[in-house]
Amino acid sequence: MSFTTTKLTTAMATAGFALLGSGLAAQEITYMCSSDGTECATAREIFDRFEAENPGVTVVVDEVPYKAILESLPVQLAAGTGPDMAKVTDLGGLSQYYLDLSPYVDAQYWEDSFGGTLDWYRKGADDNGIYGLHSQLTITGGYANKTLFDQAGIEMPGGDATWDDWAAATRAVAEATGTDFPMAMDRSGHRIAGPAISYGAKLFDANGEGKLVDEGFTAYVQKFVDWHNDGTMARDVWAGSGGSSYQDAAQEFINGELVYYYSGSWNVAKMDDNIGDAFDWVVVGSPCGSGGCSGMPGGAGIVGFEGTEHPELVAKAIDYLAQEENYAEMTAKTKNIPAHLGVASKGVEYPGASEGAANALNAWAAQVAKVSPVAFQYQGYKNNRAMFNITVERVTQAIVGELSVEDAMARAAADLETALAEAN
Amino acid sequence: MLMILEPIMRVIEVPMKFLQTALRLKNPAWLFLFPNLVLFGLFAFLPILVNVAYALTGSDGILLSDRPYVGMQNFTDLMACESYLDPNSCKDDLFWRAVWNTVWFTTLQVGLMVGFALITALILNRDIRARGFFRAVFFFPVLLSPVVVALIWKWILQREGILNAWLDGLGLETFNWLLDRDWAFGWSVFLSIWAHMGFYTLILLAGLQAIPRDVYEAAMMDRASPWRAFRRITLPLLMPTMLVVLVLATIKGVQTFEEVYAFTGGGPGSATTLIIQYVYETGFAGAPRLFGPAAAASLLLAFVLVVLTVIQLWLNRKNVDG
Amino acid sequence: MAKVMSFLTRTRGNGKLHWTDWLTYGYLLLGVLLMFLPVIWLGLSSFKTDAELERFPPRILPMAQETVEVEGYDDPLPLYQITGGDYAGRTLAQIRRIGLNAQMVDPTNPTERLNVNIDDRQAVEHFALATENYSELFARFNFLKFFWNSVFITSVATIIMLTVNAMAAFALSKYQFKGRMVVLGLVIGTLMIPQTVVLVPLFLITKELNMADSLWGVIIPGAATPTGVFLLRQYMLTIPDEILDAARMDKASEWKIFWRIIVPLSAPAIAVLAILAIMWRWNDFLWPLIVLTSTDNFTLQLALNSFQGELNTQWSNLLAMTMLVLLPIACVFVFLQKYIATGIASTGGK
Repeated sequence: MSFTTTKLTTAMATAGFALLGSGLAAQEITYMCSSDGTECATAREIFDRFEAENPGVTVVVDEVPYKAILESLPVQLAAGTGPDMAKVTDLGGLSQYYLDLSPYVDAQYWEDSFGGTLDWYRKGADDNGIYGLHSQLTITGGYANKTLFDQAGIEMPGGDATWDDWAAATRAVAEATGTDFPMAMDRSGHRIAGPAISYGAKLFDANGEGKLVDEGFTAYVQKFVDWHNDGTMARDVWAGSGGSSYQDAAQEFINGELVYYYSGSWNVAKMDDNIGDAFDWVVVGSPCGSGGCSGMPGGAGIVGFEGTEHPELVAKAIDYLAQEENYAEMTAKTKNIPAHLGVASKGVEYPGASEGAANALNAWAAQVAKVSPVAFQYQGYKNNRAMFNITVERVTQAIVGELSVEDAMARAAADLETALAEAN
Repeated sequence: MLMILEPIMRVIEVPMKFLQTALRLKNPAWLFLFPNLVLFGLFAFLPILVNVAYALTGSDGILLSDRPYVGMQNFTDLMACESYLDPNSCKDDLFWRAVWNTVWFTTLQVGLMVGFALITALILNRDIRARGFFRAVFFFPVLLSPVVVALIWKWILQREGILNAWLDGLGLETFNWLLDRDWAFGWSVFLSIWAHMGFYTLILLAGLQAIPRDVYEAAMMDRASPWRAFRRITLPLLMPTMLVVLVLATIKGVQTFEEVYAFTGGGPGSATTLIIQYVYETGFAGAPRLFGPAAAASLLLAFVLVVLTVIQLWLNRKNVDG
Repeated sequence: MAKVMSFLTRTRGNGKLHWTDWLTYGYLLLGVLLMFLPVIWLGLSSFKTDAELERFPPRILPMAQETVEVEGYDDPLPLYQITGGDYAGRTLAQIRRIGLNAQMVDPTNPTERLNVNIDDRQAVEHFALATENYSELFARFNFLKFFWNSVFITSVATIIMLTVNAMAAFALSKYQFKGRMVVLGLVIGTLMIPQTVVLVPLFLITKELNMADSLWGVIIPGAATPTGVFLLRQYMLTIPDEILDAARMDKASEWKIFWRIIVPLSAPAIAVLAILAIMWRWNDFLWPLIVLTSTDNFTLQLALNSFQGELNTQWSNLLAMTMLVLLPIACVFVFLQKYIATGIASTGGK
């Protein structure tokens, strides 16, 4: 497919150049993309139209491993090379390299359509530029195995149930049905942040700098560790791994070995495909704590880089993706929830998704409103990855018993201090 | 295969011959070394020099011009310990956990692996049927990339993996192998031996093949016992190869990273975190990228390796002389 | 132990199997099981669907559920064996599942709907290879291009590395000169710092030399491996100097001595190194990941890893790709391994 496209665009480029001889003729930009499913293929389809509408323009979509985006791209950018645009997840961490699109796009449209997510890409509070298109909005929260609840004859906790309610209910269900694990949570500092915020974690100090450990944060970590020790949480996920490596529990949930799985909206397609008819599962959002019922927003966005030779074209290409109908198409085909307010308010129809999957996606979209402002701020904070990694590493040590919760939190606070002192 | 290189070699011969005569070199060693030294200088020594510079500077910048000089700070931070035996008393507890894990890992891995590689090589050197096949079998895991090795064994050993399914089928108790610190460590050693033993077996086999048959025939005539033949002929003649194997195995053992990292992620907790994982997660994959401590740790590691290698070479020299 | 060592003396004698032979074959058999079974299982898994791969406990063979066309239903329905309840023993097709009950129908009597408890049914399955895992790969990207890139990088880097390393090893083993130990020390010294540690400095240098995002950026830095020099030098030390002296008497140039005498005599070690070099370059992942950015320059390993997203991994395709990546290098090994066998041993090594 890409081969014929290249040929076609080359032909078009020649024709366009001959006819116009100016403008955007014969320009090529590269888009570094990594995929959890169909993101890159969908972008390719939309860019095909973009190329057709703008003769002479080529957008090369380079599909790379996620590791390249996370680990190689920052090194390339720091060394002054890299692609023209990319799909990134470390939104704040790379913000120093982002190209400001505002000179080239309708800023009002972007503000109206994307609102809060634009802040995640900005360099600071007083920055009004437009840098990134949030193409893949995700939100963390829980999935519950409804069939197991039915089998146990236990009523599922409601929307305002606390973490303790869920822990008690899932323990009862697991016991009644002989299920292996009541609960599990992805091994990720991002996943545990939502619950911690619900328990009052502030995550920032008075100056807006990251501050990991406070009363609320410790309170949830203590609960979390206790749940691992009493068997409420599946130990395999957090305790089975080390360092800052990511581990999910989707396999356990899909196999019906898990009553409640705290993960996020991106798993819908996977659940839909792999669970099939085996049992009923529902999206239950984030349980509550003493200070709210927040999940964490997240996801990936498309940005341009300052180093590009064709800033105008990069801006134009990203702006094209941001147009309402294209954005809606992208959201629908990649089975994501929309960050575009216009698209969100109209609701998205997911072609090819089962009824259950479409309902689940819309249930996730409804969760966005419950997200705490702290969570929003955390998602866009440039050093959040440092905080995520430290959380995972130190909380795991507390779970496996290498450190007490108190020591682990003291180490975490010290780690972050070192990291922030070194980070520019 | 050497046939492919024939024309290339003929082409190289012309300038080499010319240089040898033109420079009137009686000893053309440097001529032969030159291409290697250029490659090494640029792509091995220079990066290491930059690494040294990283170790002496701070911040998360990757260009040296962005990095302020901090002297020995990174080293003293790593070495700040009340007791080196207790990682919890250290400023950087993770580094010292990794150090002790690596010490145990290397000792077990190198000892067991070289032992098994020697046995395997001796067996494969016999007149056995289907020798090529067996040799291929033992070498096969070496061909797998570290990530694939880890993937295979993870699937075998995980809670609902093949091994547990098998134990269950036999009516035995299943066990969560990778959740137990000691088992996870043991399996990491096993996996690393599994993946690399074939390589050392091959080197030893090449060494065994190099021992001329007639030496053994002579020994046979003298009615030397097999054990005596092994100790008096095989082992001494295999010593240079054995040295290569020991030195390489130790170095590579200490530097083990990818397969164990993909296998356990260094867990549970930090039970299988090895030094290179610490370096990798602190520097290249860190957030922020703390190249200073990472580089300092790698240089400390290199220093220890140099000492180990010198000891091995020295022991060998003593062996040969005595 | 003593008896085990009699292997060396090759007394296979009169065709009867000695007990040491039994021990030998026992060991070899164990080796085959331990070394090979996991790989075979990997191969079988590459023919499983994603749902099957996620399944606990795993099964050896790839299976798929039997379906049946039932009159009055557009799509084929999945078949179940009923193990309990009123319809025990019958084979029914499932229409849909509601909560804890499944609505079933007997394919021979499509009009009657039956209610079955979901615990009373067991899927009827048959052996099925998910060949789409493989075919999707070719549809999804330009496999041949990646294959060519990998082959090019591997072969060129291996040839460069072997040539350059053998030359250096020759110099370090067969000449006495000032600075020999210094060079040897430096070479061994670079062994102490693995490439993983210096990825960033290495990238900066490669970029300065304008080799970023080009195949040469993978080839050239990869060729500077100290292991080869060390390995070959140790091997060449065992070659007697008299052979060289004899050749020098015949006025052979030093290059000829290297090429005509040293290299053939080192064939086993060179073959080992060749296998290693090929394997390293073929399986190399982290370094190409940094150097190469455009898909056109990608190697098979990078393509393989692009199935790993941030949150999801497409295991079925990844495993299929793993097998495809494994095949060529396995062939290369089978080809090269015979050189190790027929090296010095057959030429006599006098």
